[in-house]
Amino acid sequence: MKIDNSRPLEYGTLQNRANILGFWIFLGAEIMLFGTLFAGYFTLVDRTGNGPTGAEIFEITPVMLETFILLTSSFTIGLAIHAMRLKRQKVMITFFVITLLLGLGFLSIEIYEFMHYYHVGAGLQTSAFTAILLTTLGTHGAHVTFGIVWGVLIVSQIKKRGITHETTNKSFIFSLYWHFLDVVWIFIFSFVYLKGLVS
Amino acid sequence: MEFFERFAVPHPSPAIYASMVAIVLVTVGIIVGLTYFKLWGYLWREWLTTVDHKKIAIMYLISAIAMLFRGGVDAIMMRAQLAQPENTLLDAQHYNEIFTTHGLVMIIFMAMPFIMAFMNLLVPLQIGARDVAFPRLNALSFWLFFVGAMLLNISFVIGGSPDAGWTSYFPLAGNEFSESVGTNYYMFALQISGLGTLITGINFITTILLFRAPGMTLMKMPMFTWSALTANVIIVFAFPVLTIALLMGTMDRLFMTNFFTTTNGGMDMLWANFFWVWGHPEVYILILPAFGIYSEIIATFSQRNLYGHKSMVASMVIISLLSFLVWTHHFFTMGQGALTNSIFSITTMAIAVPTGVKIFNWLFTLWKGKITISTPMLYTLLFIPIFTIGGVTGVMLGMSAADYQYHNTMFLVAHFHMVIIPGVVFAMLAGLHYYWPKFFNFMLNDKLGKIEAWVISMSTLLAFMPMFFSGLDGQARRMYTYSESTGFTIYNMISFVGAIGLASGFVLLVYNVYHSTRYATRNIPSDPWNARSLEWATHTPIPEYNFAIVPTVDSTEAFWDAKENGHVLYREPYTKIHMPNNSGMPFILGCIFFVWGFSFVFALWIPVLISTIGIFACLIHRSLEKDHGRYIEVEEIKKIEQAAGARR
Repeated sequence: MKIDNSRPLEYGTLQNRANILGFWIFLGAEIMLFGTLFAGYFTLVDRTGNGPTGAEIFEITPVMLETFILLTSSFTIGLAIHAMRLKRQKVMITFFVITLLLGLGFLSIEIYEFMHYYHVGAGLQTSAFTAILLTTLGTHGAHVTFGIVWGVLIVSQIKKRGITHETTNKSFIFSLYWHFLDVVWIFIFSFVYLKGLVS
Repeated sequence: MEFFERFAVPHPSPAIYASMVAIVLVTVGIIVGLTYFKLWGYLWREWLTTVDHKKIAIMYLISAIAMLFRGGVDAIMMRAQLAQPENTLLDAQHYNEIFTTHGLVMIIFMAMPFIMAFMNLLVPLQIGARDVAFPRLNALSFWLFFVGAMLLNISFVIGGSPDAGWTSYFPLAGNEFSESVGTNYYMFALQISGLGTLITGINFITTILLFRAPGMTLMKMPMFTWSALTANVIIVFAFPVLTIALLMGTMDRLFMTNFFTTTNGGMDMLWANFFWVWGHPEVYILILPAFGIYSEIIATFSQRNLYGHKSMVASMVIISLLSFLVWTHHFFTMGQGALTNSIFSITTMAIAVPTGVKIFNWLFTLWKGKITISTPMLYTLLFIPIFTIGGVTGVMLGMSAADYQYHNTMFLVAHFHMVIIPGVVFAMLAGLHYYWPKFFNFMLNDKLGKIEAWVISMSTLLAFMPMFFSGLDGQARRMYTYSESTGFTIYNMISFVGAIGLASGFVLLVYNVYHSTRYATRNIPSDPWNARSLEWATHTPIPEYNFAIVPTVDSTEAFWDAKENGHVLYREPYTKIHMPNNSGMPFILGCIFFVWGFSFVFALWIPVLISTIGIFACLIHRSLEKDHGRYIEVEEIKKIEQAAGARR
């Protein structure tokens, strides 16, 4: 493989650049995926059948906490990539691990939240509204779960193989994914929770 | 007993029992044959684990043609059923299943892989690349498509086929009205093969954007590659919508949610909207690459540069944008108000403009061209008038006010068959004859090919023209029978004759393949048609690295200008070539996905869990794997090139 030293390590080979471009295109598809879920949500948000409305079941505290944790994790993955560019492996791994732990924290609160919905009678089968709410949140949550597993694999590779074209490439792509999940969450926070609580 | 009852076909008939026996016999035959001739190793090394885009193209091609016959048998059964009034050949349920699987098989499992076969073969060759950007993902795409197809195809012998139409409208497709597992098969066959298609889309966009030969700017790309690029952009934006729609539909069926029910807030129109937000662009995913093939053929056999290269590109980009703005014309009559109908009526008819631009460009290329009529060209010349009939009736259907008359009649069926058969199927058959030497290193018989083109095109007219009339007379589609007093008998009888004609055309194609395989000369030049773009600059057979030296491109018709105007294609010396290693992972992952889908269809949760773990185990293995491919050294390249040179 020809290596181009004028670029950052993660862009060094043609395959590296292809991986990153391909991932951006994948994120385009992900935008459509979540866009479809949001379209479904806005269509079904008032169709609550015999079930509760959003305003009746949403709790602001855990949601604020989730938002705070996920936004912080987006910042720490940025720091990890910065450390990667400076070739400081230990710092990079530290920030990577902090990001994944924050992700785990987010997930735990989301699991609590789902249990809360179940207890107040907003299960998957209650109404079209609860179904689309849990599906939208669940899809995002599944993405976070997938990201945590993926991140652990990348950390183990950086530890074993060091900062190479391959590991930096994977880490950078992971950071794109993680930022993307954050952006999706901002939309969920604003248009599902805040809008739901206001009305 | 309850456990086994789920696997039973709800409405069995002698034909289904015969199919069961046939499937078992064929499977046993294949296994015995492979063992007897000791071909397992060859099959595994050369095909199941291959990441070579040319071999993947061949696998797509074979699957597509097999599915063409599967969907064709459905079509013949339908036409036979309707050939007589009050016919009892099929019952209503069986007829429902047949028109559902006919649509699904033909669109998703015949036309799509046919397109993919040409994309896989041609895109890397036309842009002077060694392979696609992600060769393993490419293999994975194929295997996901393939297991999706197999999943749908076993439905009629295990558990029953989907019966709610290929659009699978809810609530008809919900548990309440569709009790068998057929619609579950629909959901998972589409979900798995759709995932493969999405991966193809990402793969080919990346390939086209990053792996072009030096000098090939976007505007110098051959027309087929342009059509592949636009089609793949549509794939990336349309398929995620289907993913979510299928996810919701699956949850409605398996987890009793209320997305598309008529109770507890569910909204059946949401399915219709999501389905067509994907479904209408899907039509253009099929037609744009077909247009690309026609452009290549017309330029080659007129011996002229394609007229209006830039406007061809512009029209495809416009079509791809408009394709997302017309989906609502599929339910003009479902009560959405005059304003919405008017807007979508206009956007729908607007698509005729860029399509017209393309047709005129083809005609202008023919104008003053030195035309040779070979089989591919004959298909292309027959395509233009027949497709125009289909296109014009499409504009008629696009008028929302008039659509109240045509909707859900045979008029619509006639329209989309008159568009898709000449538009896509003729293009694929033309491309098949044109690129056969690139696929298989010999030529198909031209004389048989021409007979086949005439039989198929005339039978298309015979089969579908009568439907315009019976449709305007009020014959509804998807009705399994009708009374003699309606006067539809004669139209349906003619259609049946046309359907038989179409079938014999395809049988002729098979005979042509057989005949040419046996008798055609293997000693053919690498550029038998005196063609224009880079795929013809490779040797026959194509070496695994495609081009020993990456070509340098100066014009839109690189190879033609190299032959006629002295452009130099190869400027660099030989260097060692990096190639990816074969991998069994895509095939294994495909097999696990098959188990996953099948278990979900029957709600067998333990196998679902195990196969899900299996899928993740494969992904983890891939993440940790270190595989940097291999190099072909200069010495070896020189040897291969010399041997190829001697063959010429």
